[in-house]
Amino acid sequence: MVTVNAIKKGIVIDHIKAGYGIKIFKYLGLENADFTVALIMNAPSNKLGKKDIIKIENAIDMDYIVLGLIDPNLTINIIEEEVIKEKIKLKLPERVEDIIKCKNPRCVTSIERDIIHVFYLVDEYSGEYKCQFCDEIYFHSEV
Amino acid sequence: MLKGRHLIDPMDFSVEELTQIFDFADKIISNPQKYSDLCKGKILATLFYEPSTRTRFSFEAAMLRLGGQVIGFSEPNSSSVAKGESIADTIRTIACYADITVIRHPKEGAPKLASMYTDMPVINAGDGGHQHPTQTLTDLLTIRSKLGKLKGLTIGLCGDLKFGRTVHSLIKAMSRYENNQFVLISPKELQIPDYLRKYLVENKIDFKEVERLEEVIDKLDILYMTRVQRERFFNEEDYIRLKDSYILDIEKMKQAKEKMIVLHPLPRVNEISIEVDKDPRAYYFEQAKFGMYVRMALIAKLLGVDE
Ligand SMILES: [Zn+2]
Repeated sequence: MVTVNAIKKGIVIDHIKAGYGIKIFKYLGLENADFTVALIMNAPSNKLGKKDIIKIENAIDMDYIVLGLIDPNLTINIIEEEVIKEKIKLKLPERVEDIIKCKNPRCVTSIERDIIHVFYLVDEYSGEYKCQFCDEIYFHSEV
Repeated sequence: MLKGRHLIDPMDFSVEELTQIFDFADKIISNPQKYSDLCKGKILATLFYEPSTRTRFSFEAAMLRLGGQVIGFSEPNSSSVAKGESIADTIRTIACYADITVIRHPKEGAPKLASMYTDMPVINAGDGGHQHPTQTLTDLLTIRSKLGKLKGLTIGLCGDLKFGRTVHSLIKAMSRYENNQFVLISPKELQIPDYLRKYLVENKIDFKEVERLEEVIDKLDILYMTRVQRERFFNEEDYIRLKDSYILDIEKMKQAKEKMIVLHPLPRVNEISIEVDKDPRAYYFEQAKFGMYVRMALIAKLLGVDE
């Protein structure tokens, strides 16, 4: 396995489903980072078989809701003084505002100007979300 | 408390709240004169973004019989809507004039959207193929009035059970009462959608699915008929084999219980032959009357003028 040095202070996003690391990398805009960043793809994992990992040598702001939608099973480790100070376990958010867009052509969101698309989690296990207006179902993996 | 609430989805109200509405409807039915001034000085707005004369008349008659007044439009061409006003803006303007609003709209979720911009009670009078809660209230009041209860009944639903929203709402609403059993009568192609089957299984509701009405009609307390359109069948062979099964005639009525009631959301095409109209068990025309009474009770409760 490729080794990447442990970081002093920053964030390690671990247990990312293999293939999703690049999505998160792009979402966080890390391709433009001026600090040390590592994207490790297809690392062996006991839990997942293969996983991606992102290491960021910097404190950055992240929207945990969006990360949860991209991959609800990942973990976020906040590192300070080379030790894990905080471990954040993500889960699917109950309510999602203006991230998922309803594609149902019969939905009122297709005609009303400036409308905010809101979705509610209906089944955490299957990752089903429902449009608050038309009840159309979306899976978080479609996002 | 029902005062100030919206009615957007048939499941918005609890069983207890529905009972309050039905109890009040019963009072109105037994003495309509007593309530003829109840909504004096109140205004109901009917915003019909698509025409539905039947539903609009029912609401307007309900408000007029309570002594209230009515404003509104019956199709959007003549209104500010035609000039492209948003629903959010329209409802906030209407709220300055009216005390309660009824909305019918071709887009799903439009009444819900409107309700988010006002404290004035908003009633969904049909949003595309999505929800039509006052139809469900009408069905429940009719059953309650005619059979004296909403539990322990065997309810047959016949015809297009896949696309008919009134059927889905009625099943969900009736499944909240104890010991109801559902007999779902339809061709394979037009069975209830998966989400609804899942709902019935998860809630341990007793139901069975059959293809032919004549096999089960003798077991039913309620027969809810809907129309089956020829073009919904996948093949002609099935259509020819089954089409007569979904037409209610006097022959089939002979096998039915003496106290069974026949309901239909109307308008009917040919799924109930007109010879059945004379049968005392046919209640589909009376259903319209209950529709008006339940809307009267609903309006009074949402306005909080029922005491
Ligand atoms: Zn929608």
